[in-house]
Amino acid sequence: MDDIFVLVEHRQGAIRDITFEMLMKGKQLCEKTGNPLTAVLLGNDAGAMAEELRDRANRVILIEDQKLENFNSEAYQRVLGNVVEKEKPFLTLMGHTAFGMDLAPGLAVQMKAPLATDCIDVMMEDDRVKATRQTYGGKLNVEVSLKPAQCSMVTLRPASFSVEDYSLGGEITRVTSPLAEEIPSKRFLEYVEAAAGEVDITQTEILVSVGRGIKDPENIPMVQELADSLGAALSCSRPVVDKKWLPKDRQVGTSGKTVKPKVYIAIGISGAFQHAAGMKGSGTIIAINKDPKAPIFNIAHFGIVGDLFKIVPSLKGKIGEALA
Amino acid sequence: MEIIVCIKRVPETAEADLVIDKTERDIEKEGLVFDINEWDNYAVEEAILLKEKYGGTVTAISMGPEEVNEILRKALAMGADQAIRLTDPGFEGSDGYAIARVLSRAINPLAYDLVLTGVQAEDDGYGQVGPTLAELLGIRHVAIVNQIEGIENGRARVHRELEGGLDEVIDLELPAVLTIQTGINEPRYVSIMGIRKVAQKETKVLGLQDLGMKLEEAGEPGSMTVVEKVFFPPVGKGAQILEGTIDEISDKVITILKEKGGVA
Repeated sequence: MDDIFVLVEHRQGAIRDITFEMLMKGKQLCEKTGNPLTAVLLGNDAGAMAEELRDRANRVILIEDQKLENFNSEAYQRVLGNVVEKEKPFLTLMGHTAFGMDLAPGLAVQMKAPLATDCIDVMMEDDRVKATRQTYGGKLNVEVSLKPAQCSMVTLRPASFSVEDYSLGGEITRVTSPLAEEIPSKRFLEYVEAAAGEVDITQTEILVSVGRGIKDPENIPMVQELADSLGAALSCSRPVVDKKWLPKDRQVGTSGKTVKPKVYIAIGISGAFQHAAGMKGSGTIIAINKDPKAPIFNIAHFGIVGDLFKIVPSLKGKIGEALA
Repeated sequence: MEIIVCIKRVPETAEADLVIDKTERDIEKEGLVFDINEWDNYAVEEAILLKEKYGGTVTAISMGPEEVNEILRKALAMGADQAIRLTDPGFEGSDGYAIARVLSRAINPLAYDLVLTGVQAEDDGYGQVGPTLAELLGIRHVAIVNQIEGIENGRARVHRELEGGLDEVIDLELPAVLTIQTGINEPRYVSIMGIRKVAQKETKVLGLQDLGMKLEEAGEPGSMTVVEKVFFPPVGKGAQILEGTIDEISDKVITILKEKGGVA
């Protein structure tokens, strides 16, 4: 078989967006090559999810097992290793997500499959798999080719492909789980939600957001004052939370919150994709950064290339005047 | 508790102007400032914290030329007990898989309970080396660890960061590889004096032959992926850049805010 496999990602009963993005890309590849597109779904009592995916692939392989209720890379690797061995898909797509980052490398080693991670595009040229990925925090694109192999694997970066509606009217194939018993060496125990803070940054119309460029916790009050003068909430990018300058509930991005305010002012934020994914749906994005090549300027509507320590105080003064 | 921590020396490029080199497969490295990969700095701190809590030793391992000694010394100054540098012309051009393979050969003969790596490197960003290394060593792993709750009876209880502010709690058997996420701790500061103090400590240097590896097992021949070319990301429509004096720019922002609903 020359299928393209897409590993379905789901959590707490819901299929995650990355699944549909991978299926969309998979469909585009299959249209060119004529290969069938197969979604592979591992779960417990997952029939409804399989139905939801039918239109998105030529086939849905459904493997149900109580032991697959929650994601566990070891259980997944055993089951997928089994399916890949039997079906020999030409290419297997997984998400470059918490799920795929835990699973794909081990599976690739087991299957002796070349793996390209965190790709923003994947191509097939003369029976070879090629991919585009980013390095240096998104400042450089790299075209890589995978070694020729019977089976290749690629993990795709979330939000790299827009999803359109289509219908392939696929069939559902049930496969018996090869897992005989629980895997004692690695066990999922529970989910833990991040504690909620006093401000809900998903609910405000204006966000003033601060990143690594703020340099020192002593400078946080300066941006807080700007936020206050606008009636905005203060949010931030990951490095500010990592350094404990602001609490976790203020973090915008894939591992934090997704926000869509009317206005988002990004101050000293470079705009790595993890951050961009959490704020690119904002109405108007204004970015202040001293690096004219910072990726944030690709998604911002308005940009200011300059020193935030000069611009922020000036802006705060002007807003005071405007509101006076 | 015997802990191994794998670290990488990377160029700081957040505010640098990148230039593509003649090969068109990488950037010009000259003039860039190098330091320990941010994720790895957290991994070293976590290793030291575990040593302080459970006893044992910490061994720092890095791959690369002599300059890599800078970050190995930094790890020693933070509290690591010994350092190993893997260096060989045959390692050059290794992808994530080949790097993991070299590391696995160096780590395999050592006694260890835990191997820590950063989640990913600032330069290549594969996010692949730790879990690949675990599979090659035939041991468990957890990727994106943001808390180690405790270690007892040969098992560890750790938190793993998922998307959207959600964590997953995992119980796993040791030995294991954990890939460490930024923010898990507050890495201690090391002074130049601290680094000088450990300058005399010997770093073990190992090459391809010492690891019993063949040329085709590392570097580009041992890699699963090959870089064809690098290029700057296409710039989309991009932001409309506001120009002028600080004063004029601020006025323009006020106008935009008034139009877009930022200011009443």
